[in-house]
Amino acid sequence: MMSITDVLRRVEEASAEDVVAEHLEQIRKSKFNTFITVAEDQSLKRARLIDSGESKSGGRLSGVPIAIKDNMSTTGIRTTCASHILDGYIPPYDATVVERLYAEGAIVIGKTNMDEFAMGTSTESSYYGPTRNPHNPDCVPGGSSGGSAATVAAGEVAISLGSDTGGSVRCPASFCGVVGLKPTYGAVSRYGLVSYANSLEQIGPIASNVEDVAFLYSIIAGHDPKDSTSVEVDTEIGIDCDVKGLTIGVPAQYFGEGIDPAVESAVWDGIHHLEDEGATYSEVDMPHTDYALAAYYIIAMSEASSNLARFDGMRYGLRTEDKDWSTTFSDVRVLGFGAEVKRRIILGTFSLSTGYHDKYYLKALQVRTLVKQDFDLAFKDVDVLIAPTMPMPAFRIGELVDPLSQYLADVNTVPINLAGVPSVSVPCGSTDGLPIGMQIIGRYFDEPRILGVAAAVERSSQYS
Amino acid sequence: MSARTEDGVIIGLEIHVQLNKLHSKLFCSCGLDYHNAPPNTHTCPVCLGLPGSLPVLNRSAVKSAIKVALAMNCEILPQTQFYRKNYYYPDLPKGFQVTQYDYPISVNGYLAIERGDGQGIRRIRINRVHMEEDPGRLVHEGTIDRSKFTLVDYNRAGVPLLEIVTEPDLRSPKEARKFLNKLRNILEYLDVFDGDLDGAIRVDANISLAGGERAEVKNISSYKGAERALSFEIVRQRNVLRRGEVVVQETRHFDELRGVTVSMRTKETEHDYRYFPEPDLVPMRVMDWVPTIRETLPELPEAQRTRFLKDYGITGNHAASLTLDPKLAQFFEDVSAAIDPKLSASWIVDVLKGELNYRDLEIDSFKTADMIEILKLFSDDVVTEKGAITIIRTILDEGGTPDRIVSEKELAKVKEDVVTSAVDEVLSECTDAIADYRCGEAKALNYLVGQVMKKTRGRADPQDARTGLLEKLDSNET
Ligand SMILES: [Zn+2]
Repeated sequence: MMSITDVLRRVEEASAEDVVAEHLEQIRKSKFNTFITVAEDQSLKRARLIDSGESKSGGRLSGVPIAIKDNMSTTGIRTTCASHILDGYIPPYDATVVERLYAEGAIVIGKTNMDEFAMGTSTESSYYGPTRNPHNPDCVPGGSSGGSAATVAAGEVAISLGSDTGGSVRCPASFCGVVGLKPTYGAVSRYGLVSYANSLEQIGPIASNVEDVAFLYSIIAGHDPKDSTSVEVDTEIGIDCDVKGLTIGVPAQYFGEGIDPAVESAVWDGIHHLEDEGATYSEVDMPHTDYALAAYYIIAMSEASSNLARFDGMRYGLRTEDKDWSTTFSDVRVLGFGAEVKRRIILGTFSLSTGYHDKYYLKALQVRTLVKQDFDLAFKDVDVLIAPTMPMPAFRIGELVDPLSQYLADVNTVPINLAGVPSVSVPCGSTDGLPIGMQIIGRYFDEPRILGVAAAVERSSQYS
Repeated sequence: MSARTEDGVIIGLEIHVQLNKLHSKLFCSCGLDYHNAPPNTHTCPVCLGLPGSLPVLNRSAVKSAIKVALAMNCEILPQTQFYRKNYYYPDLPKGFQVTQYDYPISVNGYLAIERGDGQGIRRIRINRVHMEEDPGRLVHEGTIDRSKFTLVDYNRAGVPLLEIVTEPDLRSPKEARKFLNKLRNILEYLDVFDGDLDGAIRVDANISLAGGERAEVKNISSYKGAERALSFEIVRQRNVLRRGEVVVQETRHFDELRGVTVSMRTKETEHDYRYFPEPDLVPMRVMDWVPTIRETLPELPEAQRTRFLKDYGITGNHAASLTLDPKLAQFFEDVSAAIDPKLSASWIVDVLKGELNYRDLEIDSFKTADMIEILKLFSDDVVTEKGAITIIRTILDEGGTPDRIVSEKELAKVKEDVVTSAVDEVLSECTDAIADYRCGEAKALNYLVGQVMKKTRGRADPQDARTGLLEKLDSNET
């Protein structure tokens, strides 16, 4: 795997154009189906501009290629959300995160594969076929940002962006053995991120190491006037990996039934390493965790049913034969959406409908408040919470075909999105050649601290 | 529903007005000056609902909404929130409309109007005033039935709208019209609304008669249309009841051209809009804004009318007419600072307004200073009434200043000796008329006055001519 430093050095030695060309070559040879679109012309053009000094040669990521999940808007580079329904859609504007990356001289090398509209835990629901796990091509890379994690793990790029609605950055980071951050809700602008469930999701950085994740976060975070839910944050974060005196909470509910023993022991190893370095831990009770999964899916699907209503073929994307508008809208949506997307739209529509709204949607919002309360109470006593990111290592492609079994895999990641707190997944071991990740969850806007703890874990696993 | 009058007509209105004086749309920075623009040129990723775009609330729109709500005596809720109203339609780029539901900007207001029967005042309760975005506009080639395709223009998508919902307190189509006129008057005083622009106001009306269900009439897009649609609906419902049938609860479409309401196939049952809070916009506390906005509210038409009566002593008709338009009222006040208010009011309302209407012009086309000068010329006896009117017309048609027009058109009243010599000439020429006059033919004197006016080309004061003639005739000088 590469680090930002490696790439910057290579740009220095050779040129941005050479670096981009090498990346393109690497991606062309990829066996993991990590990209939906490789922005060959655009990235080379941008590299030449940097080399000629016409643009941003002084940026902190000058000449560094980055992979962007294909649900973020990129001017002139098609954006598909891994769905047939966005066929031919080339956005006329850049997401705010993309603008911020360009301003630092970064180069968008391409758009990565994902579960269709970010709905999934395995990147198997992509219209463009599944992405494979670089640690074992028969296994999934996790999802929904599977392409973004796998391309870093495969050493194709140093850095990428994913989005995390219910674990979609952390799950593939865990399955692919890379570092992925789900920032505090509101820390990173969502402008240009194609909404799946607006109240839950954040764009998050993925890299081979904690330092790069922290650096990338400092570039993309901060208030954006185009996103009313974004807030000002301190982006000058320094990672302090001194964990002396740190108090860790270990929520029993996250080590519940069905957890893989190898995962459980790897996470405990990580916790004990931190203990060795001067941290203390205690078990904490998060009593509403059991209800989080159901609440999460109801809220996410409800919001999705409305967010995805705009895909009707009228203005962009897939278009079927013109009939009366209502028939054409139906035809486009029947043909354009995959099964999982349809399932979630139908369930979400149902739970917002008169007669069910109170029973499902409102009830889910109440549960959400209680889940938040669990975190508020826990963080009165401890600085961070540590838990397995996923209850298992990467499963095999086609292994979890029943949608419910995939939903259940999100049990440890979704409560964090319901609460809106930040969480970073960092590798802490492996089993049968497959990586295991643990997540460090923090108070609102306490990214510097959880990244510091992640760095300590990273360091300890390097020496072990 | 509340008690019915003898007539039994009960009307409630749901009015959509565009806050079309703002600079930008409700959730993006696209301008509102799209009326003469080519289709889909006033659009951006946000109002086109492109994937990934997010709304950002236009605070000026919120302030305008609060202004209107205060002027309609509404209660401003401490916290306001937007909701999504989910339904599919080609003019709706996101597949939902961002509107308000629970926590609208304001509730519980009223507007008082004169009753339709002239028997005093009726207070029309306002259920709520809330904000929402306008959808785009469907364009058909020819008529909607004949057109082979539908085109969509999103220039209008995202224009800030206010929805004003009344309680069913109106008792006749006439009252509905009065209410709408009063509303427009207030909105224009608040400087948030230009009622002349296409699509500025759209009205849905609920109407029922005693013993019947209510019908909802949609697609009313003018003030006159509201009265016509409702009058048609009353006749229709009365006929249904007279035949011993029942009025069914349904939605009807107003056909403005034919002046009739038509049932919209009510196959589709009640829409389920699946309202839920818009996650991309945070709830907003507006309470702190209210005191400042209240302080800066302009004088509203009713208060101004009362003040005009009291301070200037002008007639009720003049006061009412002047306060139909805030700019006209201002014009009057400016002129009255220099000229007698009663004279000003009468010239502005009875003369100037007519001349402007005739030319389809607004009051901005006339300078206050010109009006003051004209009225000065008139009250100083420099020009006649007819001369003053000529100056006004000339300014409107050809331009120029009152001064120059007076000299170019020789409008100054002629001096006395010129009148005297004209009288002498007429008396020496018109011997037949003089004879008639002496025989007691009163009309003959008018003829002689006319002849003097003719000789002076209208510049003589007719009164002076008459006096001069009588003096000479009575002294038997001829
Ligand atoms: Zn716009």
